[in-house]
Amino acid sequence: MSGFRLPTGGAIDRGRPLAFTFDGAPYLGAAGDSIASALLANGVRIVGRSFKHHRPRGVWGAWTEDPNAIVDVTRGGLTTPNLRAAVESLENDLAVRSVNAWPSAADDRSAVIDSFARFMPSGFYYKTFVWPRWETFEPMVRAMAGLGRLDPRNRPPADNPHVNAHCDMLVVGAGAAGLAAANAAARAGRTVILVDDHADIGGQLAHRGGTIDGGDWRAFADGVRAAVVAAGGRVMTSTTAFGVYDGNLVCAWERRAQLPDALWRIWPKRIVAAAGAIERPLVVPDNDRPGVMSADAALVYLRRHAVLVGRRIAVATNNDSAYAAAEALAEAGAAVEIFDSRADVPATTLKVTPSVVVEAVEGRSGVTAVKAGGRTHAADVLLLSGGWTPTVHLFMQARGKLRWDERVAALVPAAAIEGLRVAGAANGAFTLDAALREGHAAGGGEGPAPNAPPGLYRVTPVWPAPDAPGRRWIDFQSDVTLKDVALAAREGYASVEHLKRYTTLGMATDQGKTSSVNGLAALAAVAGRGIEEIGTTTYRPPFTPVPMTVVGGRRRGQLMNPLKRLPLEADHRADGAQMREYGGWLRPAWYGPDDSDLAIQREAKRARETVALFDGSSLGKIEVIGPDADKLVDFHSYNRLSTLGVGKIRYGFMLSEAGTVFDDGVTLRLAPDRFLVSCSSGHADAVAMRLEVWRQDRFDPRRVVVHDATAHWATLTLSGPRARDLVAALDLGVALDDAALPHMAFATGRFAGAPLRVARVSFTGDRSYEMSVPASRARSLRERIVAALPAFGGGLMGSEALMILRAEKGYVVVGKDTDGATMPHDLGVLGPRAQRKDEYIGKRSLFLPAAEDPDRKQLVGLAVEPGEQPLPTGAHVVEDAGQGRRSLGYVTSSYRSPTLERPIALGLVAGGAARIGQTLAVYHLGAVRRARIVSPVAFDPEGGRLHGGRADA
Amino acid sequence: MLLFCPFCGPRDETEFHYLGEPKARPEPAAEVTDAAWAEYLYVNANPRGEAREIWLHRTCMDVLVMTRDTATNATLSVESSRPA
Repeated sequence: MSGFRLPTGGAIDRGRPLAFTFDGAPYLGAAGDSIASALLANGVRIVGRSFKHHRPRGVWGAWTEDPNAIVDVTRGGLTTPNLRAAVESLENDLAVRSVNAWPSAADDRSAVIDSFARFMPSGFYYKTFVWPRWETFEPMVRAMAGLGRLDPRNRPPADNPHVNAHCDMLVVGAGAAGLAAANAAARAGRTVILVDDHADIGGQLAHRGGTIDGGDWRAFADGVRAAVVAAGGRVMTSTTAFGVYDGNLVCAWERRAQLPDALWRIWPKRIVAAAGAIERPLVVPDNDRPGVMSADAALVYLRRHAVLVGRRIAVATNNDSAYAAAEALAEAGAAVEIFDSRADVPATTLKVTPSVVVEAVEGRSGVTAVKAGGRTHAADVLLLSGGWTPTVHLFMQARGKLRWDERVAALVPAAAIEGLRVAGAANGAFTLDAALREGHAAGGGEGPAPNAPPGLYRVTPVWPAPDAPGRRWIDFQSDVTLKDVALAAREGYASVEHLKRYTTLGMATDQGKTSSVNGLAALAAVAGRGIEEIGTTTYRPPFTPVPMTVVGGRRRGQLMNPLKRLPLEADHRADGAQMREYGGWLRPAWYGPDDSDLAIQREAKRARETVALFDGSSLGKIEVIGPDADKLVDFHSYNRLSTLGVGKIRYGFMLSEAGTVFDDGVTLRLAPDRFLVSCSSGHADAVAMRLEVWRQDRFDPRRVVVHDATAHWATLTLSGPRARDLVAALDLGVALDDAALPHMAFATGRFAGAPLRVARVSFTGDRSYEMSVPASRARSLRERIVAALPAFGGGLMGSEALMILRAEKGYVVVGKDTDGATMPHDLGVLGPRAQRKDEYIGKRSLFLPAAEDPDRKQLVGLAVEPGEQPLPTGAHVVEDAGQGRRSLGYVTSSYRSPTLERPIALGLVAGGAARIGQTLAVYHLGAVRRARIVSPVAFDPEGGRLHGGRADA
Repeated sequence: MLLFCPFCGPRDETEFHYLGEPKARPEPAAEVTDAAWAEYLYVNANPRGEAREIWLHRTCMDVLVMTRDTATNATLSVESSRPA
């Protein structure tokens, strides 16, 4: 036991005790505690184990920088891993468990590893587990590595909002400098967003106190808050500005009480980064013992949480800042003794030994004594103050540069960057008066800055020699010592980026907040160079870990990539549709609860025998309108469309400029100056965009416009020998005889007071009628059709059965039966290439040498014996090539045809058209089968059924 | 990243679609050499720093000519692809 709760003081509510457990043992804390402060108040010294050697670890810091107290927290039966105990507020009934230790942090069975520490230098894993193979050792090493455990039941809802905000000035950090900056900007009428990651404002002032403009700092802070709000800005506490991105976008994570956390995307005109500074350890021997902690953190625990961290406190420092902490701790009742490495020490009432450094720290599971100046001093806590490291993360993320400022022994911003200024302790201004002046200037303040009594901060770093005796920790969490850095440098890892990766220095969850400068100083000493010359590793967001739920926001599950939905989805579901995604649309795959294969075969067979209803509403429907509409559709399409008569339909391809098939579809000429371009469901957005871009690029936009009407229309298709009879029975008032409405023509009418279009196009090879009505009339039309179906022996058909029907006919699905190199002539469509004299997209590419290669992959059919299984889609068509096989192409579509009672398949095969009649090997996952290359058209090659009547006709 | 549309002002990058570098389409096809066509299709300057780029603002569907710094992602100027 060392730490304990004081009877008075602190920002805690003694009237609200909170019960919690740590590694199974029960404790009491109070409202206002962090988990770490509650553990310290209960005298808990060992809060975790180091990552590599399983050394016992105590609390080092009091906020985000603490590398040691990493815990899994269970609340309400759900566990969140790897939280920082110094940051997490205590709640009632929390179950807190240390990570990387079992059964508890105090009694960890893996602690024996530390006995082998001298055999585990930098690069130990790289050097040791390489023979015979890393994979031999990987499972064991992985099982031992890692920190907390994921709780698979903990799946927070996707309810974290993302909020965009704009302001004149964003001030990050509400300490002295940030307050001064926000004050100056707000009083000049600027909208300011002031964020701080603490639950309150004040920064260092909150635990060190201070006098501003002759009064308590709190009066000044209250005035700033009022001024910010009055100028239309806002003050956001418990909000971490964790990253700056292109255009000075700053992302901030706001933790809200009773509400889900929010992610703020803040677009400020200017940023003031006043994030303060973090105290770093002294690199003395045994500085990782539980009970060794930051002097500033001890002051935080005293003032915020009324916790005195020890009764006999030794303070080792190289600077002035530790004196205020030491004096406050003494005033609270501790016996305090200071060891200053400098000869010239400040005036104090405490006992100070100048010109000494700590030589050893005793106490295996907690500090018992400190050896300094050749004498042993009893102590239960050793506070270290090795100077301050400015928090320059946002500045560095924005690609700022640092310089070493000898005066304050710190890396500080070297030069301003566009739109971002650093002020206060983050800029090396470590006294209150200097921080206020810098903040005032950064906020654009005119006239005198808020004033404070002049402060003094002096520091004289004492960097140990690289071969200094003892184990001296630089990175507490990942167990990197001075010796490790020296060894890495000797082995040639002299670049700071290499050092980091080889030793894991700064790679722990705290990302080097306490260790980076000590590591750089050690490397500089070994390399005989300056710290500035060594440079830092790259700073990247986030500043502290941000939950992925917050980053993802509401874009999870279906909202990650929203599906397009049919207007008739509810009707399909009511009829038992199994919905699947096709090209971004959720569509009926088949109907009925039974085995999918049976249902699909039944639907396909019935469509050939009688009539089937299919929902084609997702097909793209893009109108091209205006006197120059014919010019645009001609340029856009491989097939000439300007020659199409009004009321007629033409099928064709759209090519990319590389001449490859981009999409296919039919185009209807609605009027001389009006075309309806229909394209495949998954390509509608891209086709509409292409038309629009070329319209603006190449045509007179006043004479042609593009309108994507896909969502406006619902399309219900009836296909099969009885299709005409059924349409006739619907009594739509449209003449259906083949003279009036032949294949590839359309008629218009009215349905339920709205326009109706009946088009004769077919994707099945059977007589088909596509009936399009405004989406609002879709249900009425469908109900009328469904009521009529039984009289004709018809039924519903989903996408899967349609895929069989179209494959029987050799009709391609672009992107399935074509690949990124397929040109129209590979699919047997040669006319436009030979005949068209005018320009169209992709034309020139069709005449490149590669386009005329006889070995191009061409569309073919693949036949197997009737009793065989269908060929696997993706199987390769191969030929012998000396030592092995050479792929000639592959199977693109493969089904069992219920009508033909045998498997059918389509494929792309090199020189395929010339191979018809050949039998070739088809290879798939080690098995070889034989298939005959045939015409892609397996069913009704004469095409008579497009015009056919009854099934028995 | 914020991009700028001359009609809609500064908007989030997700509203925009990159179309490519400004290039004259070589025509008529019969007079274009294989090499010239291949260059049109595949050869891009891809500069570091100031670059002229064609973008589509998908919410207003206007095609834009943007001058951007590809190193900093700052928009330097933007205009509609066609004169007012």
